Amino acid sequence: MANVRQIVVDIISDIAPDEDVTNLDDSVSLREQLDLDSMDFLDIVMELRKRHKVEVPQEDYPKLATLESCVSYLTPKFVTA
Amino acid sequence: MKYDAIIIGAGMSGLAAGIRLGMFDKKVLILEKHSIPGGLNSYYQRRNFDQGGIRQFDVGLHALTNFIKKGEKGKPFSKLLKQLRFSYDEFNLCPQTYSKISFPDCELKFSNDFELLRSEVFEKFPKERDNFQRLVEKILSFNELDLSQGHLSSREILKECLHDELLIEMILCPPLIYGSAWENDMDFSQFVVMFKSLYVEGFSRPKGGVRTIITLLMNKLKEVGGEVKFKTSVSQILVNDRGEAHGVVAEGREIFAPIIFSSIGYPETVKIASQNFFSGFSPRVGAMTFLESIFVFDQKIPLKMNDSTIIFYNNDKNYRYESPKNYFDPTSAVICYPDNYEPNLTEGEGVVRLTYMANYDLWHKLSREEYLPMKERVSDNALELVKKITPEFQGKLLFKDTFSPLTIERYTWHLNGTVYGSIDKTKDGRTPVKNLFIIGTDQGFLGIVGSMLSGISMANLHGLMEAP
Ligand SMILES: Cc1cc2nc3c(=O)[nH]c(=O)nc-3n(C[C@H](O)[C@H](O)[C@H](O)COP(=O)(O)OP(=O)(O)OC[C@H]3O[C@@H](n4cnc5c(N)ncnc54)[C@H](O)[C@@H]3O)c2cc1C
Repeated sequence: MANVRQIVVDIISDIAPDEDVTNLDDSVSLREQLDLDSMDFLDIVMELRKRHKVEVPQEDYPKLATLESCVSYLTPKFVTA
Repeated sequence: MKYDAIIIGAGMSGLAAGIRLGMFDKKVLILEKHSIPGGLNSYYQRRNFDQGGIRQFDVGLHALTNFIKKGEKGKPFSKLLKQLRFSYDEFNLCPQTYSKISFPDCELKFSNDFELLRSEVFEKFPKERDNFQRLVEKILSFNELDLSQGHLSSREILKECLHDELLIEMILCPPLIYGSAWENDMDFSQFVVMFKSLYVEGFSRPKGGVRTIITLLMNKLKEVGGEVKFKTSVSQILVNDRGEAHGVVAEGREIFAPIIFSSIGYPETVKIASQNFFSGFSPRVGAMTFLESIFVFDQKIPLKMNDSTIIFYNNDKNYRYESPKNYFDPTSAVICYPDNYEPNLTEGEGVVRLTYMANYDLWHKLSREEYLPMKERVSDNALELVKKITPEFQGKLLFKDTFSPLTIERYTWHLNGTVYGSIDKTKDGRTPVKNLFIIGTDQGFLGIVGSMLSGISMANLHGLMEAP
């Protein structure tokens, strides 16, 4: 079973290397804790596709708002992937 | 050979778009007519006329706008770094000392700290203090990135906020000459972009000049698997009967891709696409083009004679930003002292670059015999102006070079040698032809940072999010 939280954190630290991702609060929106804009969310989605063949349609981008919501939204996709 | 995307032009916007697409495994091909990358901000070398050796020059690059300090976030340049996965240090930015807007009876200094400009305005235009504050607030809260904004006149908006004509002219001068395709005015969204990038964020220059930027882009493109073909001119964009672009003809060969990005300019793009899909719509070629003279001296101009980096010079009562009636307009100029990006270096040659507005049609009509003497005239004029600003400077002139609107046209193929492109922009990059998108100058973001951001955002929007 993939560690979805770690997968997302790894992607964030690659696309925003200057951000400190060690003390993220899983229930608080990522945008509030990090300097991420819509371009960065596109990159998270693109990296999920590239590295893990997981597709996130545009209308579901809001489901990536917090680490918690990322895990609950993405985990089923990793199971079937 | 089949590609996922074809990009026409290996300037700043084309390279940036290519990197974004390649990064996410799109098979991308960039076709460039010239033998080297860079486009309007490329490079060249010249052998000296008397003293030996080859000197390297940048085309343009007075200033990299949008300066940020390391670690600053949420700014255009930090977005660019993240999107292209560069680290701040790779650009080796050398910040400016300060720059100034110099009019006959007034001077306004600005630097990479906005407070300098604010205090200059307060001191020299005390009656405009509150009005200027309101203008700044209006600018800072304006969403210039909203691609659906209609066109608004900056001059009108400035007049609503400020009363002093001179202050309006002075504030408008650098944004106009650093980025307006329109004469004497600019779209307010564009003004806001320029205000922030010039006055609020400021100027720097990468050590090594434009080559540093181009090398970074070319290496990254290679790393993500993008392909570039030089000396490859695109002569036609192929459009099927459904009105969709599906390939290009380059050097007599057809190359196919489901999406085409063109950075060569909007009118230039329409010219090589099947006209019938534009149903009479033809974006207008802009009127603004420039001349630049470069002087190399045997020593640097001492800081005590001039410590500014760029001077936006105007010697007339009014500032005219328009195609001049004559070959060039000697009353205003942008004078760049690139040595003052590294004011601690006192050894070595000194360089000054000077830009004038020029009239393309007149230059175009010159005969071969008249052309060189006319360039000489420009160069003499420019050298006089340099001497006027630093009369005590005794440096010996080692080398000079001047490029004209015809030079720009010859090496970048922009119609009429335009630098800021068409007066008609397509903010979302779309054209009447499906799957054909405009990036760079005529999408509306320009300058080095602007055109890269244009390439990035158009590749994101049309190539990645709505991947066909
Ligand atoms: C003298 C001068 C000084 C400047 N100074 C500054 C400055 O100090 N700071 C700043 O930020 N900006 C400056 N600029 C502006 C900046 O250079 C441009 O805004 C920016 O480089 C535009 O990039 P682009 O990708 O939109 O277009 P371009 O650079 O024009 O790229 C288009 C490319 O397409 C190629 N091409 C054209 N036709 C074809 C064809 N048919 N087939 C294949 N390829 C083709 C061209 O060769 C070119 O490489 C300056 C420009 C000039 C000319």
